[in-house]
Amino acid sequence: MGFVLNIIISGLISGSVYALLAIGFSLIFGVARIVNIAHTAFYMVAAYCIYFVTHKMGFHPMWGMVAAIVLVTLLGIICYNIFINPIREHEGAVLIATIALAMALQEMMVLKFTGTYLSVPSLVKGYLLILGVKVFYQQLLTFCLALLVMAVLWVLLMRTKLGLAIRSTAQDKEVANLMGINEARVAMITMGISVGLAAFTGAVVVPLTILQPHMWMHPLIMIMAVVVLGGLGSLKGSFLGAYILGFAEALVVFLAPMGAFLKGSVALSIMILVLLIRPEGLFGVSFEEER
Amino acid sequence: MDLILFYLRKLFTILKNEVLVLPSRVVAVLFFLILLLLPVFTKDAYLLRIFTLTSIFAILAASWDLLSGFTGQMNFGHALFFGVGAYGAALLNKYAGIPPWGTIPLGALGAVVAGLIIGIPCLRLRGTYLALTTLAFPIILMGIVFALPDLTGGELGISGIARLAGSRVASYYIAVVTMLGLCSIMWKITDSNTGIIFHAIREDELAVRSAGINTTRYKLLAFCLSGFFAGVSGGLYAHFMRIAGPSTLEVSMSFQVVIWAVFGGIVTIYGPVGAVFILYPLLELLRFWQEYRTLMFAGVVLLILLYMPDGLFPWLRDKIEKECPRCKIRNVAMRHTCRVCTAPLD
Repeated sequence: MGFVLNIIISGLISGSVYALLAIGFSLIFGVARIVNIAHTAFYMVAAYCIYFVTHKMGFHPMWGMVAAIVLVTLLGIICYNIFINPIREHEGAVLIATIALAMALQEMMVLKFTGTYLSVPSLVKGYLLILGVKVFYQQLLTFCLALLVMAVLWVLLMRTKLGLAIRSTAQDKEVANLMGINEARVAMITMGISVGLAAFTGAVVVPLTILQPHMWMHPLIMIMAVVVLGGLGSLKGSFLGAYILGFAEALVVFLAPMGAFLKGSVALSIMILVLLIRPEGLFGVSFEEER
Repeated sequence: MDLILFYLRKLFTILKNEVLVLPSRVVAVLFFLILLLLPVFTKDAYLLRIFTLTSIFAILAASWDLLSGFTGQMNFGHALFFGVGAYGAALLNKYAGIPPWGTIPLGALGAVVAGLIIGIPCLRLRGTYLALTTLAFPIILMGIVFALPDLTGGELGISGIARLAGSRVASYYIAVVTMLGLCSIMWKITDSNTGIIFHAIREDELAVRSAGINTTRYKLLAFCLSGFFAGVSGGLYAHFMRIAGPSTLEVSMSFQVVIWAVFGGIVTIYGPVGAVFILYPLLELLRFWQEYRTLMFAGVVLLILLYMPDGLFPWLRDKIEKECPRCKIRNVAMRHTCRVCTAPLD
């Protein structure tokens, strides 16, 4: 019984993390057609930011979280304006610009904090015993905060004017522009929201994981799988796909022999199987045909 | 004797009328000559090693351009072909004892099969979907490699396989001649009828299909061709380094290929090759600042992209050559009239 609970907890946590990251990734792709490889690199920078504020400057982890989210969001917007905005018409160039950006961020973190494994104290200490399984308060907090942020994002997108602008730009850029929406500014704001989400994910998940400069690679692959599985540009799809892959990963890790090695492979194989049946993903939105 | 003189004269005429008139052609000929004559001037083992590896990666980058640049099938998992070629060659050499000249083509055939396997599910996808899906395949294979440590050596890889050739110079010549040969073949392919169909698929697949061409077959052909060339480079790499490890399948390997190709300029073949010959030695040069190496590499790529988003070589070529508006033949930028039809340029 405790076994099943372990799988559920681990699946929910990784599912929420992937959902938060994938929604941000999907959002900026939908609005500006940018495949932001550096998305999870911002998540990594946020995690290191918390480490710096709590360990090197000695503040409470709470302040670390706030600082991480604000600073990384600013960093994201600055990077967007300097490196990505000027070359947005050239898809290939944007792609490798974001790859290079991710590499640069990773190297900066290696220079500053070296490549060693680091950890951060959790926000709330202690754990709960359910059926003989330790459930840390931090895990519960991470899960609840993730759900809360997704709810806030949903309200922002569906109930505000800014959300309307973002959704209409994602649907048709030219018409949105004609309707008086400043498309360039919407793209910049979306980039801010997207990076902010990545930073937030980094902030809530950092006490549960180990910090190292390559920690952005695995989530990046997973969120790409999630986004393809759920359908590019579909937030509902990203949400569901994230939990499907999160649980698949947890199941493989706990049940299969050599599971830790195979977890990525199995999740990605699920994605390919789904694509064979439904090439546009579970909730694919068909974008305007760009010929 | 007369025949030889005739051919010599013909060669001289071609050189004078076709090569020397365009700076880009002069550069290409010089590139061939310098690479082939390099060991005559220096026997420095380190320099030869760098250029051998550069040639191997140049094949890889050009094969990416054939698939993703020309045919427009964005492949983010090009390391799959490289890894299959490397592991195929290493396994065949270690367990079947086949020498390198047999294992490399066989490993490349393995990569062709890999190309078919990933090509079939990917036929229905396009654009970003395709890019993100192809990223998954090398990672799946890497999981399998780690799960079967008895066969593949797990994290350590397969080591102790046969040398490419007895001496450094011989290895250098094998890599360089293979690179020059395969890249010329790729360039000819893109110039042939098949290449034109590839290019057309990239521009507008629907129009190609409505012209009565089976695009499915051509897309699979592109996957197989690209897989073959990348597999050859993987096999060369395995035999040159004498190890086939999981690093050949890493995501960073796939990204590296994309960086090289886009940096040099896609849809050119010569662009990615040139980019590898600039970026790879540059990365080696920067080893004096070991810690800042990757950071500076990323910085250079970002800066170049800001000013030349279409890639370095097309930009350079546009600076030194002009196209004649009437007969579409390229001319040196200094000329005022076209060298063939004498129409005024600019």
